[in-house]
Amino acid sequence: MEVLKIATAGSVDDGKSTLIGRLLYDTKSLTTDKLEAIEKTSKQKGYDYLDFSLATDGLVAEREQGITIDVAHIYFSTPNKSYIIADTPGHVEYTRNMVTGASTSQAAIILIDARKGVIEQTNRHFFINNLLRIKDVIVAINKMDLVDYSEETYNSIKADFETLMEKRDYQDQNITFIPVSALKGDNVVHKTDNISWYKGKTLLEHLEQLDKKDVFNTGTPRFPVQYVIRPKTEEFHDFRGFAGKVYGGQLSVGDEVVALPSQTKSRIKEIYFYDKKYETASRRSSVTITLEDEINVSRGDMLVKVGDLPKIDKQFTATISWMDSKELNAGGKYVIQHGVNKVLAKVDNILHKINPDYSGIEEEVDSLKINDIAKVSFKLNKPIFFDAFKDHRTNGSFILIDPQSNNTVGAGFIN
Amino acid sequence: MALLKDTSHINSLENEAIYIIREVAAQFEKPVLLFSGGKDSITLVRLAQKAFYPAKIPFPLMHIDTGHNFPETIEFRDRLVEELGLELIVRNVQDSIDQGKVKEETGRYSSRNALQTTTLLDAIEEFKFDACIGGARRDEEKARAKERIFSVRDDFGQWDEKNQRPELFDMLNGQIDLGQNVRVFPISNWTELDVWSYIEKEDIEIPSIYFAHKRKVFLRDGMIWSHSDYVYQDDHEEVLEELVRFRTVGDMSCTAAVFSEAADIASVVQEIRDSTISERGARIDDKRSEAAMEKRKQQGYF
Repeated sequence: MEVLKIATAGSVDDGKSTLIGRLLYDTKSLTTDKLEAIEKTSKQKGYDYLDFSLATDGLVAEREQGITIDVAHIYFSTPNKSYIIADTPGHVEYTRNMVTGASTSQAAIILIDARKGVIEQTNRHFFINNLLRIKDVIVAINKMDLVDYSEETYNSIKADFETLMEKRDYQDQNITFIPVSALKGDNVVHKTDNISWYKGKTLLEHLEQLDKKDVFNTGTPRFPVQYVIRPKTEEFHDFRGFAGKVYGGQLSVGDEVVALPSQTKSRIKEIYFYDKKYETASRRSSVTITLEDEINVSRGDMLVKVGDLPKIDKQFTATISWMDSKELNAGGKYVIQHGVNKVLAKVDNILHKINPDYSGIEEEVDSLKINDIAKVSFKLNKPIFFDAFKDHRTNGSFILIDPQSNNTVGAGFIN
Repeated sequence: MALLKDTSHINSLENEAIYIIREVAAQFEKPVLLFSGGKDSITLVRLAQKAFYPAKIPFPLMHIDTGHNFPETIEFRDRLVEELGLELIVRNVQDSIDQGKVKEETGRYSSRNALQTTTLLDAIEEFKFDACIGGARRDEEKARAKERIFSVRDDFGQWDEKNQRPELFDMLNGQIDLGQNVRVFPISNWTELDVWSYIEKEDIEIPSIYFAHKRKVFLRDGMIWSHSDYVYQDDHEEVLEELVRFRTVGDMSCTAAVFSEAADIASVVQEIRDSTISERGARIDDKRSEAAMEKRKQQGYF
């Protein structure tokens, strides 16, 4: 069984939580006790229908205000697939939350209220999913019941969205439109007579047949060393294993590798996963590698194949999403965490701010506020080993940490 | 073996958990694995073994013992620790009670479950632990669904749910101030069924109370309570002997049993697959209010 991570995006009241609740309900993923709790609370509140958003809004403040504050992770499965949905809030810190949710997702659902159509926030939702190079985007045009299931309305919203699509940077993104009513259950899991003019798949049918290929892990093999294992036991007296996760392509015993930054060459001697040895480790496996030669490798170093080196540099430009209420200023100093490697970084220059409604860029900017997206150049205190985000999602991304507060204050995608 | 592949759901969860556990060992000076003797923490121990093989797990286990545990769990705990040659720290809720730091609850629904928080926070301070690895999962409960993998706690061990660090990609930011600590949840993305499937696949030994057995119980509020010195029982609450098992194991006073004939792991997995009740439906501690878990978490609960 495969796992598919999905991010959701929508504005306040577009019915995101309701849609997720509906998915859970119609796939019979809500257990009796949870369902009873929803029925009880819906009744207390005097609703005529079941308020499925109660299934996901987990914090007291969220239930009080009827809004989602923080990213919630929801799990359900069909016989075919396991799903993890990141339910990301649509208001105040929306960009931050959406980037966060999308950073680990393979697919995204963008919700549009059929009564409102494509609004400024829709542009932003699409922009972010495109920036993060989410392979599959589903545009769910929701609340179709409130526009009399009108095909005309659906088509006009679809046409508006298609205008946006022309401006996208990542052209290979698959985009699918589905008219739904999360409240009534139309086209979420089950087909409906209410929208007989729509001949396509329901939301779940569409998710079920999505390409399972892991888009995060395309590219060439990169092996950032997380931890050096030295058992110092009699049996494993001289054992020195490099523990880490394989990104990109696979690695095999006998592969000629270069350790970065030392640029020393060696060959892979053994690949361990627990107490078993393997010939080849596929991407994403958390293995322990030993080398033929005793070379100096420590946490933060990287093993790559000979002839397949990433860029090694003390400066780069990146598109960053700023997530802190404290502003980012040119000249500001941060810690960049690139995979498991940490370096000190200085903001060299804010090149321009990008308006995530596709309305262009703003130049001569000297600070960034929360939710801003901008192109920024950095200088580092020592080189890192990176690829462009478009070539290598994992080795082309990083987080920014404020050295004073220790908070994660931004995410970056290397150009 | 030829190729190590990460195609199945359970393998990818396993790889993710190993990655997280290694990050803890690399980023923190004094980590500890919170061990209850329940299936989730037993799974964590196996994952930690895998993360550091052929070296030993480079941090101790710690059990916050309410003193009201199932004897089977304690016996299992001690055997596991001995077999794997691990270090185990035990801190007792009874000591916190004796020191007057917490007050024992009384009455019909009394439990020592919530009292564990004080004992835990004291132990964290005593040993200066900067990271506590726990077996909580996001699918368990809706407040937990909002939890991060690296969850920062302040000097008072408290969870500020509205001000959590964003977690992007698989990069885990473990930078903290002096006095703060991080709770780490490597199996955040596992569901109950995933844990059981993993136990089956890996052939992991678990305490016998997870399998169907005859037990003296009584019924209250539609739940099956254990008949025990530690559990308050009214005179009219009749003691029955029934075939039951536990789906989740906490302290005796907060864990309800389920009627079951599942005597081996395969039948347990099947039973979970077919179940229409959530795991925490059998947690008496969660029934207190809709926000029960969130409140306990804010105060520093696991």
